[in-house]
Amino acid sequence: MKKIHSIAFMAAFSIIILSISSFQIQDETALKKEKSLDSFKQMLTVIKHPRCMNCHPSDDHPRQGNDRHVHLFNVQRGKDNEGLAAMRCNTCHQKTNNPYSNVPGAPKWHLAPIGMAWQGLSDEEIGESILNIKTNGGKNLEELVHHMTKDTLVLWAWNPGKGRSLPPLNQAQFAKAVKDWADNGAAVK
Amino acid sequence: MRIDFTINGIPKTVDVPENMPLLWVVRDVLNMKGTKFGCGQAACGACTVHIDGDAIRSCSFAAQYAQSKHITTIEGLSSGEKLHPVQQAWIEEIVPQCGYCQPGFMMSVANLLDKIPNPTDEEIDDNITNICRCGTYYRMRKAIHRAAEIKSSQL
Repeated sequence: MKKIHSIAFMAAFSIIILSISSFQIQDETALKKEKSLDSFKQMLTVIKHPRCMNCHPSDDHPRQGNDRHVHLFNVQRGKDNEGLAAMRCNTCHQKTNNPYSNVPGAPKWHLAPIGMAWQGLSDEEIGESILNIKTNGGKNLEELVHHMTKDTLVLWAWNPGKGRSLPPLNQAQFAKAVKDWADNGAAVK
Repeated sequence: MRIDFTINGIPKTVDVPENMPLLWVVRDVLNMKGTKFGCGQAACGACTVHIDGDAIRSCSFAAQYAQSKHITTIEGLSSGEKLHPVQQAWIEEIVPQCGYCQPGFMMSVANLLDKIPNPTDEEIDDNITNICRCGTYYRMRKAIHRAAEIKSSQL
């Protein structure tokens, strides 16, 4: 009888321990998600800034300026996101900002593919678009972090040339937010 | 900075500041005055030249990027005495008024016809975004269609 009591006690004790562990895991998961969402909110302040958003339109016209007006001269996306046949991005934009004309420039100046259009999307939809391998240019999470923290066209946002405002986070802060977001599960909702 | 390139088929070397606009190199260093300064902001297209087959606004093109490139200016558009179809059509349709912007227009149109041999009005509007303060656009449109005819008849 005494032995049965002992087994029952051990079983109950194990269940309690397992439950506590489970709660701890749930707490940790929730905490990681919360951290990731906090980082995502920070990322959004940059992603939704005109320096980034102007080249992620949902139509075929890039935007310009902090008021995000349609690019002058009827500039259009074209088949390869680098302009029309005889009105290419490189007609005016070169590999660096031009100190004389003040035309901005960076290597491979182009519009984000239409699959990466952010204009008009909710925060959650932007996050899903960024993570969707079918629309983000086939990037897994590691490649996505690399793109958002190292790509020369992304980095241009912090060196946009005279008269253009900077995103609210500096580049190091943005890179940290992207890494923290990814490390904690890349949550977007 | 020493920069080597080919301009109108002739190899050239210049020693200029790396960010000097190519337009200044063409006009002031090489003394080729056909390419014009208009706005200096890549907006009007008066300074258009061809670089490796693309129409480029040379006021916004740093000299450093001309290294090893093949550049064509309005002076090199024709083949010797034989006018380019765009030049021929420009004469036939009496396009220019003051004429200042026309070299840039002709370079842009020559590039358009290389990419789209028989452009529609819509393709002309989309691809030719140069500015003419005299408002010769109507005559230019006719000339562009005429240039396309001349060019295709020479094939």
